[in-house]
Amino acid sequence: MTETAPALRTTRFVVSRRKEGDDPGALRYDTYDVAVGPRTTILDALVAIRRHLDPGLTFRHSCFHASCGTCGMRVDGREGLACVTPVPSGAEVVVEPLANLPVVSDLVVDMEVFYEAFDEAGRPLVRASESVPGSTPAEGIEELERYEDCIECGICLSACPVAGSDPRYVGPAALAAAWRVVEEPRGRDPGPVVRLMDDEQAAWRCHLAWECSEACPSGVDPATAIMRIRRSAASARARRLFSFGGTR
Amino acid sequence: MASTTAEPRRPAVGPARRPGFVGWFDPRGRRLGGIAFLVNRITGIGLVVYLYLHLVILALLAQGPTAWDTFIEVALSPPFLALDVILLAGILIHGLNGIRVGLVGLGLVASRQRALFVALMAIAALVALAGGLRIFTAG
Ligand code: HEM
Ligand code: SF4
Ligand code: FES
Repeated sequence: MTETAPALRTTRFVVSRRKEGDDPGALRYDTYDVAVGPRTTILDALVAIRRHLDPGLTFRHSCFHASCGTCGMRVDGREGLACVTPVPSGAEVVVEPLANLPVVSDLVVDMEVFYEAFDEAGRPLVRASESVPGSTPAEGIEELERYEDCIECGICLSACPVAGSDPRYVGPAALAAAWRVVEEPRGRDPGPVVRLMDDEQAAWRCHLAWECSEACPSGVDPATAIMRIRRSAASARARRLFSFGGTR
Repeated sequence: MASTTAEPRRPAVGPARRPGFVGWFDPRGRRLGGIAFLVNRITGIGLVVYLYLHLVILALLAQGPTAWDTFIEVALSPPFLALDVILLAGILIHGLNGIRVGLVGLGLVASRQRALFVALMAIAALVALAGGLRIFTAG
């Protein structure tokens, strides 16, 4: 059987080339013409640019299949994982680093502050409550573990308009992680986590733009988690209020 | 090959979201909830500005009946009535969206924000339309 490869078209990639320390107001883009097919992803095209046109272009990736969370960036202004974002059909596509985090080089941002925010929540990683549904472990394997959904890609933080205007905001991913600790404490007392998130720069900073939940590539739904933390925090406060001065 | 543009280039679609104050008002790349946040902020600020103007105009009363009557004449002209309709729409959009923020924001209806926004804005549109008709036809 002979298969014919689908016809290629040329897409112009407009790629942000800012470096650490550049004036934040000064935008700089380079343009590259790349031949793409119907299933070419943004990451495929970036790899092709680096290989054939500009070895100096910097971007981050690892797994190529939406698991490692390192390739988050903005494509035509919308956040996505480059490895699973198809090249849009237009003649030109704009590729930029995630917003709301400092740029290191080109499409690479400094994730340190983003990762640090998880520490407050105690960084839940493995779900005790679920194994992979319907799975049969292979021979020699006792049990399959189910990881938390969040792949720590930073996309939600980039999409959040509040994080854009106030760098002190803890951000959606850390709040979602905190809620997972409340939902499934795994032997810990979730009280301190709720109290930590019951703060004007945490759960109460959200203005319900819901961009995080819309943008998350992993189904985490941080916005709903934030609202649940609020409800927990508000009822904890109410309980404290009404037990104050009451009979003991 | 690569061509370098040193000039700040404004790409045709979805450029960098601006940091800080201006970033709030940048609608590009925003989805429904993001637009709701933006519109709420703009109408909120608009209402504050209106409140201030309203008080300034009420101060005309202190200048006696002639100043006030002249103002009322202007206030009944069609362009001014159109401003009233905009004010009404602003109050409706902000107030009804405020109900969404209150209900969702306290975790009472945590995941229905989209449907709530659409339904409340439909109500806002209907009431603004009805109110607009009344403003222009009554009296
Ligand atoms: C009709 C009843 C009203 C309701 C239910 C209401 C509700 C709300 C709510 C819930 C917020 C917070 C939104 C958020 O977290 O993003 C808000 C913000 C605000 N409101 Fe109202 N509001 C009302 C009337 C007014 C009036 C009359 C004014 C002006 C005089 C006003 C000015 C503002 C301003 C300036 C903000 C801040 C906007 C922002 O931070 O983005 N509101 N309102
Ligand atoms: S919550 Fe979603 S968007 Fe945010 S870091 Fe985790 S996987 Fe990425
Ligand atoms: S390369 Fe791992 S998520 Fe895209």
